Amino acid sequence: MPKRIETIVLHDSSTPVFGDTQKGGNVVLTTVDTLLKQARANSLWPLTFGLACCAIEMMSTVAARFDLARFGSEAFRATPRQADVMIIAGRLSKKMAPVLRQIYDQMPEPKWVISMGACASSGGVYNNYAIVQGADQVVPVDVYVPGCPPSPDALIYGILKLQEKIKRQRPDSFRDLRLAESLTGPRTLEEVNS
Amino acid sequence: MSVSFVRDVAKPILAGFGITARRLRNRKVTVMYPEHRREQYPRTRWQHALERYDSGLEKCIGCSLCAGACPARCIYVEAAENTDQERYSAGERYAKRYEINMIRCIFCGYCQEACPTGAIVLRKNFELADYKREDFIYTKERLLDPMPGRPNPVNPK
Repeated sequence: MPKRIETIVLHDSSTPVFGDTQKGGNVVLTTVDTLLKQARANSLWPLTFGLACCAIEMMSTVAARFDLARFGSEAFRATPRQADVMIIAGRLSKKMAPVLRQIYDQMPEPKWVISMGACASSGGVYNNYAIVQGADQVVPVDVYVPGCPPSPDALIYGILKLQEKIKRQRPDSFRDLRLAESLTGPRTLEEVNS
Repeated sequence: MSVSFVRDVAKPILAGFGITARRLRNRKVTVMYPEHRREQYPRTRWQHALERYDSGLEKCIGCSLCAGACPARCIYVEAAENTDQERYSAGERYAKRYEINMIRCIFCGYCQEACPTGAIVLRKNFELADYKREDFIYTKERLLDPMPGRPNPVNPK
């Protein structure tokens, strides 16, 4: 297997990241796969999951000053069926955790999770009986954004990191393309962690 | 009631475009973030840095007052004695290990206030998002400023 070359194009959401998709990738799916990744990365529709004060910063990220629409993510959906990325904005209480998990399960594949802020990522100052110490105990988190709360530019940086991650993902099989959940079924825990 | 083309269709559309046309003259407010940065406020608190004196000695003396002041308990300090052969800081002791869990930190700046030597400061690098939990444990190597005269590309003053 050829050595994986990490092509990281920072702060540039419009440039296609060809890099390692063309080196040692799947022969049949090379270009389709690049096209899919571009489409997915540049139209991430977030799910509104504002749990606390981080949600205020999440809202101002969409507003005119920072304008998340420049990255194709302005369409915040109130239903999990139409969302690609779940932004967990705020502290996740133990009562809310099963709800969060259910809503995550209702999102169609492919789906991603951004854990926004100290509380969602690790519990932050709330190291007590009521708060889940990290949302990754409940759902697999792709990008953690530290801050209390993260400023809109910090959240945009997190979204750009997620776009990079999506563009660098390399499928090994047709199943990995995750065209439709009904065709392939949900991912197992091992696939999520790898 | 009948629908009039002029009153119910054309006029409202023209009025709507009129608002857009008037707004075109306004100042543009969007910060084109990845290409341009907005100016951060003077007392913005983001990523920490451990400072050095001009002589190159570390300011941190390993007293753990920052760890005591931290409301999130995200700082870990392990001190060791300076010797004449191995001198890191100006005081008796230095921080052998200095770790901040950046994912738990709430950037309140209490560590900066508690520090008796002004060793730990919060600067303006907000680009901290990452993929793995383990990468958020900022060790002393990542926090410490380079030797004086060399720039700190990640987290400048």
